[in-house]
Amino acid sequence: MRKIEPLLAILLAGAMIAAAIAAPWLRFVLTIALAKGIAVMGILLLLRAGQVSFGHALYIAFGAYTVAFLAPRFGDAMILLPLAAVGAGALGLVIGLFVTRYRQIFFGMLNLAMSMVFYSLLEKLYAITKGSDGIRVEIMPVAGQALDRITYEWTIFGIALGLAFVLGLLLRLYLASPMGEALAGIKTRETRLEFMGVPARGVLLSAYVMSAVLGGIGGALIAMTSRHVTPLLAYWTSSGELVFIAILGGAGGVLGPFLGAAGYELVRVYAAASFADAWQMILGAVLLLVILFAPGGLWGMAARAIGGRGR
Amino acid sequence: MTTTLSRREVIAAGFGAVMLPSTLSAQPAQKPAELKIGVTTFLSGPASVFGVPSRKACEMLIDQLNAAGGIAGIPVRPIFVDEGPGTDHLVGEIRRLVQSEGVHVLFQSISSGSCLACTPLSRELQKVNLLWDCGTQRIFEENRWEYAFRTQGYGTSEVLAPLLYLLKKKPDFRTVAVLNQDYAWGRDSWELWKTAMDALKPGVRVVAEMFPRFGSTDFSTEITRLLALRPDVILSTSWGGELVTFIRQATERRLHERSMFVLPVAEASMQILGRSMPEGHIIGTRGDHWNNHPAPKDPAAFNAFINAYRQRFNEYPIYPCHHMAQAVWALKAGLEKAVAAKGGAWPSDLELANAFRGLTFPTPTSTITLREDGQGLEDQIVGLSSFNDRFPFAVPKEMMLFPGEQVSAPVGQKSTDWLKTLQPSMIQSAGRSI
Repeated sequence: MRKIEPLLAILLAGAMIAAAIAAPWLRFVLTIALAKGIAVMGILLLLRAGQVSFGHALYIAFGAYTVAFLAPRFGDAMILLPLAAVGAGALGLVIGLFVTRYRQIFFGMLNLAMSMVFYSLLEKLYAITKGSDGIRVEIMPVAGQALDRITYEWTIFGIALGLAFVLGLLLRLYLASPMGEALAGIKTRETRLEFMGVPARGVLLSAYVMSAVLGGIGGALIAMTSRHVTPLLAYWTSSGELVFIAILGGAGGVLGPFLGAAGYELVRVYAAASFADAWQMILGAVLLLVILFAPGGLWGMAARAIGGRGR
Repeated sequence: MTTTLSRREVIAAGFGAVMLPSTLSAQPAQKPAELKIGVTTFLSGPASVFGVPSRKACEMLIDQLNAAGGIAGIPVRPIFVDEGPGTDHLVGEIRRLVQSEGVHVLFQSISSGSCLACTPLSRELQKVNLLWDCGTQRIFEENRWEYAFRTQGYGTSEVLAPLLYLLKKKPDFRTVAVLNQDYAWGRDSWELWKTAMDALKPGVRVVAEMFPRFGSTDFSTEITRLLALRPDVILSTSWGGELVTFIRQATERRLHERSMFVLPVAEASMQILGRSMPEGHIIGTRGDHWNNHPAPKDPAAFNAFINAYRQRFNEYPIYPCHHMAQAVWALKAGLEKAVAAKGGAWPSDLELANAFRGLTFPTPTSTITLREDGQGLEDQIVGLSSFNDRFPFAVPKEMMLFPGEQVSAPVGQKSTDWLKTLQPSMIQSAGRSI
């Protein structure tokens, strides 16, 4: 299964590019899906340690608002993306120092609380953040090149796809490393980890900071694609969406988040297009079906179909 | 392996076949078989109290139009999109409507946030956008849009008219408190009110500025504070369930006997409140389309619209229904003007957009002119809540009409700058009783 994964990833990328060429508006949807997939990889990382964060939308919103605030000053995607990633990582370190003391429901709820505090700040500091109206992000140059709209959208799509590959690869390496394997140790029994001389908090904190960085990158890409940021990005439903995608995709491999994100966005778009007033029900039904019949998510289904083991 | 691959391939192939855009702006304009309009409105969430009735009104009017031969000889088909899931979903949906469904005109949106996010797309996608309900003044004051027009009034006139009415009816008030929802409209409308009030009647004391969370269901602490502070006037631009809850909780504790309410967006909640709405408070409807309008310009058309809506949906139309109707009438007038200008040939998107600039279109109550900057000038009617035999809910009496151009900031001026220049003499000169 692990050997087939890169092949599958290339096929998935090929299908995405084909769809984006065939239907211009899908390019938008798929860029958002890739951005969310990158962010959900962070959720996956924490899931390996058995922790569910209900507040990772905080880092998405932070990345997105970083882009929105700094775009007029450093208007270049190549500067803004690392800035958003570093900023989200720093925020993740500060919050992580505190939340990684806790496990399970307390970990989830504290994250939720943090993201809702950020949401309230975005809403209430009306003079700075323009409140619920949000901030518009103009088309920005990429690496010094001023682009027209179509080229810009393709460029961001390409950047998202490239980042998805690179980050996915790095994450695979990390998960196979001792640090990554120790995450599973937190899930099974943390005390044993400590007896082995591995600091559990340090392991979780480093994973948490990494997940925050991934969230920041995802958020920056979302801001560059939808080009309008609102506090809703930090709302708890957005965090729920990330967990939803993680479950839908399956926590087995790094492809899971992207399968889940593409599946989620496409189901949502097609459901909203076909049943404008009942799309939530369809989305809910899909999640229920996945939980009931495919507990391993889309990735688990794919793995079973290939005959491998979906973990 | 095959199953996964083939499924993805099938999906990809499906997109290619189904989703190719059928029209592009650059192509020479051919007369389409049907006129598709993409309509964004709230079909879920708290604002669906506005969105669902407006959708009903849109479907009803388009059925009527199609029965009479459509617009410019072709039938109209609306495609509705839910604004509920938020901005990033909506901007994707707008692209889908234009690039995949091939809509010719967009009607958007209720939320000001949606309008601010989606109006720039009108330029990028080069499609005519009729902003049918959102009220933010920022759209046309901070930017110029070639393809966007608002077929109704906006925040500035909708706040200034009730303020002028208050200054005429109760000129001696000294203190005011505000209770608005904590989001853009609640904040913006208060800023507009405060700026205008400071210019028209300097020295009024603001005793409380309260912005309870959007979607609050309990106002008991706010009401306690208002009962203690005893402001002469309480302004609230809240709407929907929150306004209903606030009025119910406030009347139970007799707040309405101590203070006068000014509720610029009250009309949409009157049917739900029924007899529990107190009498003698200032109510507005974001326009001139009260169901009891004493002197509409075209009474037959006005009553036909109200009666058809009542007959089909068993309720009175609320203001979003009228706003939707204005967008439909504007589309009809604009498209017919553009077709006539080309001698019967079908106009391109840019020609269609140019037809809207400066367009004056009739509504049953009056006419609306789309200004040079795209902003519509809609008359405002404000009155005092009262009951009569005709309606099972509160309707205004002692109504005053404020013409649109009198209560709108001039082209090129920001509302807050313009409101600062208002003179107290305006209180006497503005508006007339109807």
